[in-house]
Amino acid sequence: MGDLSSTLSNIFKLPVFFLQKSFSLKEGYDGVRNQFNSTWILSRLLEQLPDESCKLLGVTSVDLYVPVLTFVFGEAQLEGKAAVVSSYRLRDELYGLPKNPERLKERLEKEAIHELGHTFGLIHCRRPECVMYSVTYAEEIDFKSKNFCDVCSTILQGKKDSS
Amino acid sequence: MDFGKNNKPVSILVVDDEFSVRDSLTKWFKEDGYRADAAADATEALKKLKPGVWDIIFLDIKLPGMDGMELQQRIKNIDPNATIIMITAYASVDTAVKSLKEGAYDYVTKPVDPDYLSHLVTNVIKQRRLLSENIQLKERIQELYEIDQIIGESPAMSKVFDLIKTVAPMDTTVMIKGESGTGKELIARAIHSNSPRRFFPIITVNCGGLTEGLTESEFFGHEKGAFTGALYRRKGKFEMANGGTIFLDEVGNIDPKSQTDLLRVIETKQFTRVGGDEVIKVDFRLICATNRDLELAVKEGKFREDLYYRLNVFSISIPPLRERRSDIPLLCNYFLKRLASSMNKPVTGFSSEAMEQMEAYDWPGNVRELKNAIERAIVVAKGFSITVEDLPIPPSLKTVPEDQSLEAVERAHIENILEQMGWNITRSAEMLGIDRATLYHKIEKYGLRK
Repeated sequence: MGDLSSTLSNIFKLPVFFLQKSFSLKEGYDGVRNQFNSTWILSRLLEQLPDESCKLLGVTSVDLYVPVLTFVFGEAQLEGKAAVVSSYRLRDELYGLPKNPERLKERLEKEAIHELGHTFGLIHCRRPECVMYSVTYAEEIDFKSKNFCDVCSTILQGKKDSS
Repeated sequence: MDFGKNNKPVSILVVDDEFSVRDSLTKWFKEDGYRADAAADATEALKKLKPGVWDIIFLDIKLPGMDGMELQQRIKNIDPNATIIMITAYASVDTAVKSLKEGAYDYVTKPVDPDYLSHLVTNVIKQRRLLSENIQLKERIQELYEIDQIIGESPAMSKVFDLIKTVAPMDTTVMIKGESGTGKELIARAIHSNSPRRFFPIITVNCGGLTEGLTESEFFGHEKGAFTGALYRRKGKFEMANGGTIFLDEVGNIDPKSQTDLLRVIETKQFTRVGGDEVIKVDFRLICATNRDLELAVKEGKFREDLYYRLNVFSISIPPLRERRSDIPLLCNYFLKRLASSMNKPVTGFSSEAMEQMEAYDWPGNVRELKNAIERAIVVAKGFSITVEDLPIPPSLKTVPEDQSLEAVERAHIENILEQMGWNITRSAEMLGIDRATLYHKIEKYGLRK
């Protein structure tokens, strides 16, 4: 978590604090799907928001879904306050490959930056190297970088300046 | 971000009674940069539906009140171009298949794989873009084959069509004669489009708008530095027409020096650019048009006789509209259908009085004036039919004047329009469907004064 905080701080050039809080996910659990509703988690995260000037990112290891989709890597409020990201589908072992903690860390960092990018109002980017590029497979995450492209960087800076 | 029609972001409407489906799908699409909105039932969806507003509509098969299948039909009636994707549960796949037969693009079964959804939307956008390009290309092709746009069933026009068909396949020089607004350029394009040169360009030069100094450069191009302002080498119209057709409109207006230049290039099929010494050989077919009496101009010494005979090899005379009145209803209905559809106005016909007046009127600006009159009438028409009040025919000319000579009618009409337009020459010329120079000429001819 310490590594993730410092990566986020470097990328967003904003102070990042680690909040050790926990709440039960029971109500967000769907027994038929054996998954957790990420929209429900977002609503719970918003209740934990320490300050209106903050963005809050929830990090979890459970499998997330939104009702109309089979799964999501994470979910964010577009130009909002909260985002959630899960490591569940980023693990190589889920796809029958040997464990790769370094790759998992990189993927989680990229998806965390991506979801937080949405909270700053960024939409998906068409440049495959940009962290805001939309992916639907874990291995696609490896092809994009942790960084925002020039266009997304400019938009992000504008959003930060205006907020 | 993908863009739909008019370079606006692609728009997606989600119609589903489940809040979580509406919420998560619109969020998903907004993150992709699309414009997304949702409706909880058919009533709300129908309120949000207007032609051209939504590119893609996700529609739940089971809705309270009116079901998705029925709503699909209503949507198709309102906006036949919207792409509909049905949302189903496993249990309703049969219905989804039925909806495909009714014209839905595809269906998704809840919950849908994110990758599938992403590809589905991308494919729809690609397909819509191709369709839109296809329509644009078809419109361009239609412009190329403009013989279809020359409307007329009168014996006079049938003769013109026969002449076009006869002369088009040959390489003969054609002279098109006709009053302003009779469609001389359309005839030229029809000849070109039906000739073996149709895969090469047709280049139009409006000789009426050329000043003496500019004609040579316009015809033959110039080298860099040939004269003040010649910053780059520029190809002339004859060079651009290589392999195709050059159409010289208002050829009677070119100055004596350019007449000599023109004669030389017709005879030798070669020239040099202004300020250059390289001899350029060109292969072109020549079509020209005039609304002036060139024989008279030759007699008066204003037009070179040798050039006249070079140009007047095969002559086509287009009758003015007043000499083919039987074509007026045909033209009226053709323009009404074409213009009302492009202007999106539900005007479908003419009152019998309006048609009678249009048939009685002399249309000094010919087909162009008729087209402009109908366009204006469609704009002001309040009902489904164009009435006499909608027509821009001046009241004094709606009844036949005492002196029925063409000159008297034309004079009165021009005077009337000038008065209506407060002697604004540009607007009056537009209304009459003639160019400003022709209007000045008519004002002088009839001695009209403000």
